[in-house]
Amino acid sequence: MNAIAVRDLRKSYGDYEALRGISFEIAEGEVFGLLGPNGAGKTTTVEILEGYRRRDAGTVDVLGFDPERSPRAFREQIGVVLQSSELWSTLTVRETHQLFAGYYERPRDVDEVVALVGLEEKRDARVKTLSGGQKRRLDLGVALVGDPTLVFLDEPTTGFDPAARRTAWEMIRSLRALGKTVLLTTHYLDEAQQLADRVAVLREGRIVSIGTPTELTGGSLETEIRYRRDGEVVVLRTAEPTKLLHELTAEAVAEGRELEGLEVRRPTLEEVYLSLVQEEHEEAPA
Amino acid sequence: MRLFLHQLRCEQLIFWRSREAAFFIFGFPLLLFVLLGSVYSGRIDGYKASSVLLVGMIGYGAANTGFAGTAISLVNRREYGILKRIRSTPLPAGVYLGCVVVSSLVVFVLEAVAIVAVGRIFFGAQVPTHIPSLVLAVLLGTTVFASIGLAAAAMIRSAEGSSAVVNFILLPMAFLSGSFGPTRKYPHVLRAIGDVLPLKYFIEVVKAVYLGGHEVWAKPGALGILAVWTAIGFAVAGARFGWEPRER
Repeated sequence: MNAIAVRDLRKSYGDYEALRGISFEIAEGEVFGLLGPNGAGKTTTVEILEGYRRRDAGTVDVLGFDPERSPRAFREQIGVVLQSSELWSTLTVRETHQLFAGYYERPRDVDEVVALVGLEEKRDARVKTLSGGQKRRLDLGVALVGDPTLVFLDEPTTGFDPAARRTAWEMIRSLRALGKTVLLTTHYLDEAQQLADRVAVLREGRIVSIGTPTELTGGSLETEIRYRRDGEVVVLRTAEPTKLLHELTAEAVAEGRELEGLEVRRPTLEEVYLSLVQEEHEEAPA
Repeated sequence: MRLFLHQLRCEQLIFWRSREAAFFIFGFPLLLFVLLGSVYSGRIDGYKASSVLLVGMIGYGAANTGFAGTAISLVNRREYGILKRIRSTPLPAGVYLGCVVVSSLVVFVLEAVAIVAVGRIFFGAQVPTHIPSLVLAVLLGTTVFASIGLAAAAMIRSAEGSSAVVNFILLPMAFLSGSFGPTRKYPHVLRAIGDVLPLKYFIEVVKAVYLGGHEVWAKPGALGILAVWTAIGFAVAGARFGWEPRER
């Protein structure tokens, strides 16, 4: 059963084509990552699925609804964390959760949600006294208080320090444990790699690659072999690493030489991603 | 209804919790009343000066809570992304905006009671006799100024500028409409400007009810002009109001 099904989705702002026909499906309970540089169309996609924007063409099904109509039953079932938003600075963490809980027919227990996002100690603190990371957790708590089946996270860790990102990642993983479907946008590759079951890479309004993080790093690029010879770094790329490595080591053993600093590595998602999003620029005439 | 009461409670909590805003909206008219009441004495237009000022302050209070309060808080909420966020919850848009208006009405009713009390205690001003008509007038005033407040919120682009723009409109309007004292001796040009502003006609209606002892419909002309302003306000708001931040 799919939580989200998108077919040939298109959207333009004036002459600018933000989305040029994208299609993907997200299964129930899946954590799906939309990855891409700024301006690739991530936020446009998410905002169409959330019901904020109208599409120009294509079909969109989110939990059996057309988000463009955004009926109340649809909004009962989604939780949204926007890229940037503030909440009332003078209310406490608990009051903020209560305020939003009141909008839903079957909200979760407020204290439970506060605990889930790790803000028990700040329960009665005013929002203005929270750190940036804590405010982001409040955002997530508010998105979860209605007990949604589908959660949208638009760049949930942008601007976080490494420790805060780890904490946020733990929380997003706990969403999976709760059985939520999650659509996450990010321009951090390690984030997609860490959290997403599947990733779609967007570039200039098109999906250039889609699959599990392993699939993305698996097929497309060659394995890299590095070593030093007479102090110089030698880098070889090959689609047949076993054969090449065998030849290299056989040669070195025969000559009684050590392959200094030998490294064999698969490309990281980052390298795949960069090769995907840069292709166009390299092809384009300067 | 449950949603409406929940939201109204939250609106009140947010309003009173934010001390600066609460002082500016609720306290400022009272402060002005005390200051002006100490300056004016004798009789104005045949009524006790403090009673005339009291009516003017009720007018100013209506514009301050309904127009300034609504406009500033909606622009801020929009620019901070709060409105956008609320749009994704099941709370219907109409209930939300309705609560913002009714919440400003609650504040204004308390404000009006406080103004009457201050007038009575400090200056021995008149107390109202035609309560039902006065209540109608208060409802009317909130509606008129909330509609203009919604329109202003729709027109103002940034949170930084909202307070300045709103006060730039509010204070001259109050001055030209006679909130701070009689306009009889103002130059013609200023009086002509005041003649098109809604606050002048709201004060006229309150004056007729409060001081003249008439019912609220005793001033059909003024009511007509207020209705036109309300219609303009809602039309502009309907055409231009947005839920998403204009500036990032």
